[in-house]
Amino acid sequence: MAAVLDTRELTPVTKLLVLEAPLVARHARPGQFVIVRVNAHGERVPISLTDFDPAAGTITVVVQRVGKTSGLICALEPGDEMLDVAGPLGRPVELPTEGHAVLVAGGFGAGAIHPLARELQERLVLVTVIVGARTAELVILRDLLEPVSDELLVCTDDGSLGYRGFTAQLLADRLAGGAPFTDCFAVGPVAMMRAVAEVTGPHGLHTLVSLDPIMLDGTGMCGACRVTVSGETKFACIDGPFFDAHAIDFDEAIVRSKMYVDEEHVALEPVGAR
Amino acid sequence: MPLVYPTKTAMPTLDPVERRARWDEVAVGYTVERALAEARRCIQCQDPLCEQGCPVGVPIREFIRRVAVEDFAGAAEVIRTRNVLPAICGRVCPVEHQCEARCSVLGRLEPVGIGRLERFVADWERAHPRGGAAREAARRAEKIAIVGSGPAGLTAAGDLAQLGYGVTVFEALHAVGGVLRYGIPEFRLPKAIVDEDVEGLRSLGVEFETNAVVGKTVTVDELLGELGYSAVFLGTGAGSPRFMGIPGENLKGVYSANEYLTRVNLMRAYSFPEYDTPVKRPTRAVVIGAGDTAMDAVRVSIRLGAEEARIVYRRSENEMGARAEDYRRAAEEGAIFEWLTVPIRFLGDDDGRVRAVECVRTRLGDPDDSGRRRPIVVPGSETTIEANLVVIALGTNPNPLLPQTTAGLTTDEHGCIVTDPETGETSRAGVYAGGDIATGAATVISAMGAGRRAATAIDRYLREEVNHGDHLA
Repeated sequence: MAAVLDTRELTPVTKLLVLEAPLVARHARPGQFVIVRVNAHGERVPISLTDFDPAAGTITVVVQRVGKTSGLICALEPGDEMLDVAGPLGRPVELPTEGHAVLVAGGFGAGAIHPLARELQERLVLVTVIVGARTAELVILRDLLEPVSDELLVCTDDGSLGYRGFTAQLLADRLAGGAPFTDCFAVGPVAMMRAVAEVTGPHGLHTLVSLDPIMLDGTGMCGACRVTVSGETKFACIDGPFFDAHAIDFDEAIVRSKMYVDEEHVALEPVGAR
Repeated sequence: MPLVYPTKTAMPTLDPVERRARWDEVAVGYTVERALAEARRCIQCQDPLCEQGCPVGVPIREFIRRVAVEDFAGAAEVIRTRNVLPAICGRVCPVEHQCEARCSVLGRLEPVGIGRLERFVADWERAHPRGGAAREAARRAEKIAIVGSGPAGLTAAGDLAQLGYGVTVFEALHAVGGVLRYGIPEFRLPKAIVDEDVEGLRSLGVEFETNAVVGKTVTVDELLGELGYSAVFLGTGAGSPRFMGIPGENLKGVYSANEYLTRVNLMRAYSFPEYDTPVKRPTRAVVIGAGDTAMDAVRVSIRLGAEEARIVYRRSENEMGARAEDYRRAAEEGAIFEWLTVPIRFLGDDDGRVRAVECVRTRLGDPDDSGRRRPIVVPGSETTIEANLVVIALGTNPNPLLPQTTAGLTTDEHGCIVTDPETGETSRAGVYAGGDIATGAATVISAMGAGRRAATAIDRYLREEVNHGDHLA
């Protein structure tokens, strides 16, 4: 069990939770995730790490309410407990030691890029962060990202804050303007990560994205999270979650992410309605 | 030779039609009368070869003798000297390849039902608790870390706790039992039995740490270093599922057996939405492979409501790996068997969901390295089997996570940790391994045998280390 020490509502649908998990905090590296289970009837779901503090023995995660399980997690308050937390899982992302990295985050993906930005800045790599959301009130974690980026750019689909348009469009503008990016990392909805890949491909910009497929054990045992990369089947839980964006079969990843859409609706129905 | 009834005393089972919709244990177990009848079929031979067929060396002749004279408590004690998990072994051991294969009456007669009797004794013992063993304080100073709580780990843990060591078992999942928990379905091994056996180990002082992914949450170096464990036993199993590498394998509705069974057994997806984890409910299921896991998967499919549930296997009935009993039960429940058939691709609908399996037929040629006859594709024999759920049950490879994150562990070309099969010693001092992680996918009982041998070797290693220390002092 992991005690919920602190929570913060980031948007009406997004919540930040600080959990007591000293062993995870001690071993975590940027790019890794945990598998959690809320209660004895709960699913095992993967969540990217937004922060980890070995000294305090805590980890921080950001969860967006999209279905039953994420709803249960978002309902947790300080003093509550998360039944199971296992991790840190996945391979740490390979980060450069020099150059100028651009980190692109869509929606709650802003949480997952925070550890990357922090580590890159410690390595004295220049860091540009692009965070995007549909509208101003859904832009999250600027307070966390500001101190770990040399440049923080915001964009919204409706133009209510910062650049008007998608993150990939802003990235395309910057690249067209000659921005000297040497590496790109993107975390967010699959469609957004694919758009980023399409923008960086022609520039030959090395791009890694974090896939978030359905997982079960998270330790390489089941293969639920398989993705095709360069024509080969990989398990996101042990080979990823970060993969070369220009080698991923995004169509397949999108199809597989919708495996249980019907069941998700059933799970959300009130018990009496079944 | 006394007169021996030619066939095994029948095992009462649930009705084959009724049980298609139930998850309850299919084999109900012997009554006292049946157990006595079966025990009395044993001729108590001078040289009990059956015991040589048992990977953990259960004193079979003696426990059966005690059953025959109605000393069930005594029989339980005899079994417990060699087997800490008898209720499990009595249910899942492939007895026809082990103890029962060596039974003296085998030949003209059916062998003595050793597995059924072991189960009877274990169940009798569970129903007649003798006021649980007192939790003993560890008599030895050393602590041992066991990695993985499957059959190898639980056996090693039990043996080492009985020798007086402090034992902690580290399990990556949220529940203890390994393959006994996530792999073997309720109708073949009720989870209440796994729970009881784990409780038994707790009462011996064994501690369990769940959600502990060794190599990630804590490393072997830390266990042997600052955490103060004197030895580590790695029993992490052969966790990584094999796929076929044919087109369409990543369509929705194509599962590895590990995923399918874990959803159903560990996560209780059969009770969705009461439990939150879903699983696709098949109308037409195809299970590829014919081992124990394939039989479990096809029987799970029947219980999830499949109108047709098929086994597709590239060889014939004679080469299949499944236990005869489970094969028979699957057939009774209506499973269909497509022998000499091999999938070449999976076909999907517009939505990316599997809708059929394209196969070719095979014939058997000469034996291959495994000693089984090699399947040869029959040209022009393409056939398509409709299926909205496919389970690939072709075995597993060792999980690379632990060897990858642990320095100094030698692995072979298959990714198995190299060990001395007699002791479980690895290339690294103080680190032992056994079960599927060392041998590749095998059986529950062979993993238990490996756990036992490693426990013995760890005990010897630590005693020698102490003696060596005295000598130097």
